[in-house]
Amino acid sequence: MTEQYRPGVVGRQSYPSSVSSGREPANLGDILERVLDRGVVIAGDIRVNLLDIELLTIKLRLIIASVDTAREMGIDWWEHDPWLTGKDQALVEENRRLRDRIAALEEGRPRRRAIEPIEGEVESVEDRPVRRTEARRDERGG
Amino acid sequence: MDDAGTYLYAVASDVAVPCPEGLKGVAGRDVRAIAQSGLVAYVSTVPLEQFGEEPLRRSMEDLDWLGATAHAHHRVVEAVARLGPVAPVRLVTVYSGEEQVRRLLEERHDDFADTLARVAGRQEWGVKAYVVKTEAAPVAPEPAAEEPASPGTAYLKRRQASLRTREESWRDAGARAERIHDVLRCVAVASRRHRAQDPQLSGRDEWMVLNGAYLVDEERAEEFARALDDLRGQGIELELTGPWAPYSFTVLEEGGPR
Repeated sequence: MTEQYRPGVVGRQSYPSSVSSGREPANLGDILERVLDRGVVIAGDIRVNLLDIELLTIKLRLIIASVDTAREMGIDWWEHDPWLTGKDQALVEENRRLRDRIAALEEGRPRRRAIEPIEGEVESVEDRPVRRTEARRDERGG
Repeated sequence: MDDAGTYLYAVASDVAVPCPEGLKGVAGRDVRAIAQSGLVAYVSTVPLEQFGEEPLRRSMEDLDWLGATAHAHHRVVEAVARLGPVAPVRLVTVYSGEEQVRRLLEERHDDFADTLARVAGRQEWGVKAYVVKTEAAPVAPEPAAEEPASPGTAYLKRRQASLRTREESWRDAGARAERIHDVLRCVAVASRRHRAQDPQLSGRDEWMVLNGAYLVDEERAEEFARALDDLRGQGIELELTGPWAPYSFTVLEEGGPR
């Protein structure tokens, strides 16, 4: 089924005379790519059981996804591909270290710890060092 | 015959060539030939409870069904391609009956004839180029001891360097794909670039930089393969598939004569 063609086995003789010789090229993706997305488009009123070809093609592009189409469709695997995106893990790590540092720095500044957020203020948990949140919880708890 | 449709696989030009005996198409149905206006259409009668508009909406999303149907369609096209020039038709092109297929052949005769003349004596070859993932992105060095003042700056610098490296690899790979395409195009009569396949589909996680189709004269097939062999190496892996029926070179434009 997924037999690959050896380069060099070329020419007319590659078309065997027998139908059942198993000359099934490549994979399903290759076949679909050709028979569905590229082929004669029969236009107009002649096509009776009119398939919603566009819709179908879009659905199949979820499978036969290209970089361009996939991006439009919100498929962004490559943005999480470590090779393509570089150092995501390092970024997370760096971020964590920086937060720890900020927390440590704020530790030495009691004045700032006294500042409480205004009631109802939208608070970004991410920007806020963990220790402050804990401190606030302690105050409220006690 | 309200419950049956006529499934079209391909159109060929040689009326004299008989349909291969015992050729089975989609849904295991026999394939037969319809001759009209000097063209031949290869068709099967298919049940509309499977190939009607509504059932198709569901079944086209069923990968098993789709796979089986695509393979069956492809088998017929390949079998017919062995007989002579052929214009494959898009998967699941269903007509209400033989009469409509005849009308199609009659009304779009010239388009089909042109297409068939262009692909006669030629084959389609597929070439995919992958970037070989030998080394991943360069490992970022540990923050140097002499920059303790701003780990953030150091990080940004590393990040910038890594981005630049990545951009360069993209550009480099893209340029090489262009070159490969150009070389192959010179041996081919026509060429077309398909979209790069998703790794899920290609089954490989290397980055596909070229997914090309090339229409090559039969007598130049070996030359084409040699040209391809010369392009191998240097971190690019090339995969050749084919020969295919000229799937990528038989696209008729919409809006032709009705």
